Amino acid sequence: MTFAAIDWGFIVIQTVETSLGLEAAVYALAAVGLNIHFGYAGLLNFGQVGFVAMGAYGMGLSVTLWNLNPWLAVLVGMGFATLFALILGVPTLRLRGDYLAIVTIAAAEIIRLLARSTTLGDITRGAEGLHAFIGPFRELNPFDPGSEYGIGPFMVGGNQFFAIMLGWGVTAMALLVVWQLMRSPWGRVVKAIREDEDAARALGKNAYWYKLQALILGGVIGGMAGMVQAVGKATIQPDSFVPAYTFFFWTVLILGGVGRIWSPVIGSIIFWAMLTFFQGTLIAMVNEGLIPTGLMDPTQVNQIRFMLVGVGLALLMVFRPQGIFGSREEMMLDAR
Amino acid sequence: MPGERSTDGGHSLAGVEHVPGVAKPDPVLVVEKMRRAFGGLVAVDVDHLEVQRGVITALIGPNGAGKTTFFNLLTGFDRPDTGSVVFNGRDVERLKSHGRAREGMVRTFQLTKALTKLSVLENMKLGAGGQTGEHFLQSLFPFLWKSQEDAIEERARELLRRFRLDHMADEFSGTLSGGQRKLLEMARALMASPAVVMLDEPVAGVNPALTQSLLEHVRRLPGEGVTVIFVEHDMDVVWDISDWVVVMAEGAVIAEGYPESIGKNQAVIDAYLGSDHDGDELDEGSAR
Ligand SMILES: Nc1ncnc2c1ncn2[C@@H]1O[C@H](COP(=O)(O)OP(=O)(O)OP(=O)(O)O)[C@@H](O)[C@H]1O
Ligand SMILES: [Mg+2]
Repeated sequence: MTFAAIDWGFIVIQTVETSLGLEAAVYALAAVGLNIHFGYAGLLNFGQVGFVAMGAYGMGLSVTLWNLNPWLAVLVGMGFATLFALILGVPTLRLRGDYLAIVTIAAAEIIRLLARSTTLGDITRGAEGLHAFIGPFRELNPFDPGSEYGIGPFMVGGNQFFAIMLGWGVTAMALLVVWQLMRSPWGRVVKAIREDEDAARALGKNAYWYKLQALILGGVIGGMAGMVQAVGKATIQPDSFVPAYTFFFWTVLILGGVGRIWSPVIGSIIFWAMLTFFQGTLIAMVNEGLIPTGLMDPTQVNQIRFMLVGVGLALLMVFRPQGIFGSREEMMLDAR
Repeated sequence: MPGERSTDGGHSLAGVEHVPGVAKPDPVLVVEKMRRAFGGLVAVDVDHLEVQRGVITALIGPNGAGKTTFFNLLTGFDRPDTGSVVFNGRDVERLKSHGRAREGMVRTFQLTKALTKLSVLENMKLGAGGQTGEHFLQSLFPFLWKSQEDAIEERARELLRRFRLDHMADEFSGTLSGGQRKLLEMARALMASPAVVMLDEPVAGVNPALTQSLLEHVRRLPGEGVTVIFVEHDMDVVWDISDWVVVMAEGAVIAEGYPESIGKNQAVIDAYLGSDHDGDELDEGSAR
């Protein structure tokens, strides 16, 4: 009944593996999109998971329904995300910021409910979801599915390794695009609109159009996250797009620091490291009898680890409200 | 007495009658039957107004006269219930605020809008129009816009020097003082190379020394082809730099004329001081 009896090596390996794994990449990517929305353009999007779903379904249906090749399928996925952005943005972006927020949270849930509805059952296959799309993507995999890849204790199968590489590769590309955009005059206009739309308008900038562009861009990047997840998990299921995920993406973004290039990546790594570490530690402590089962049994660990992440986030807000990468100086400007 | 006049010196207005709504020889802006009510309150009700090109026109009037609302209507930030604005011979009714700005009608705000989390220099560069790098695809390829950006930066730094903000160029504009923000906003508007610049209380809260340098700057604008319309409560400033004064009260234009004669206008005195006052304060330039 001691801490020493816990297999810390195992927990640490798990933690590192998860924080650099497929989910971490997917969350980072979705948060990169959210960062464009909120961090740079000031758009409140509470339905990022809807974009993720649109990307995934657009890509999946292209293969299962229309027999498109994988590259075209990815384009269709991006098209679906763009369409979703237009549906959300066109009616709301002329109005005050709150309207977008309200519409996004509802629309994302509508996407999920539609996908699992019996009406669209022939197309989206309801709660069971899409599976058959994976074949053509597997053919693109340069790694041997039968072998293990990685370094040292961190080894995964070929298919998984492909998905992880894909995820971080796409994330790197997205970061490059965001970095270039945000140091360009385009980024300057977008940031100006975040600060004060009317000031930008008075200088001849079409605020509505820039906000729409930002919504589309961040949404398409969210869609890419959905596609990476679909390839990695070889399945697209409606219930992997519940509203809670949007708030995990927000957690990731806020952990890293809003409006910074690297914050979604670092935020995601930390988010998954915390989740995995808490999970491993709590389970080990319950098993070792360090936590009485009356207080917590192993099935409850899953929920409690999220509470601990919440506590972590709350502490961050108290001691470093700008996030890990954010600048305190910049944040204090709001108070003036 | 009025100080040094702008280069035009208001000569182009010689012979123009001092009556509200009078026609001007070369109007850059023509407003017709413009009305805007908020519920029961008629904030603006201008029958006809012409603004002469290449001069400095002051728009004065008591608090709540409708000056800012009128600016909003002219620049497309608010929609009139009825009425039209013809700018440079073109009806701009269909143009939204940003479209009117692109046409050359650039305004500042009574409550300054410094873009706090952009540096002072970035604020300035934002003002420039027609930037290649502001298009999404082009922005990804710096070689397409780098030289334009450099030229814009040079112009921005030059203007900042003239407005004595050059030492703040790389600071967040949120760190500027209230007066400095007024300066920045005006300089930023000039970055847009406007045909008409509309300044809503440009020197409110700016210290006297800086006000002088700001006014010198405004005075030079007509010589550079910029028409200036400004709202101001400080009558010394109005006397000092305006070529023409338009007076609003309760939404309507009640008087127009040279700054030195406007204070003697009975309608103006009544509007400022209440109709039963004999009103010689205005002659002393102390109506605030
Ligand atoms: N959005 C609005 N809603 C309701 N009433 C408004 C609105 N904007 C202005 N008003 C009213 O219209 C009138 C004119 O206001 P405006 O701001 O144009 O005055 P102003 O001449 O600029 O005054 P000041 O010199 O104090 O700046 C005021 O009575 C004001 O209360
Ligand atoms: Mg006003």
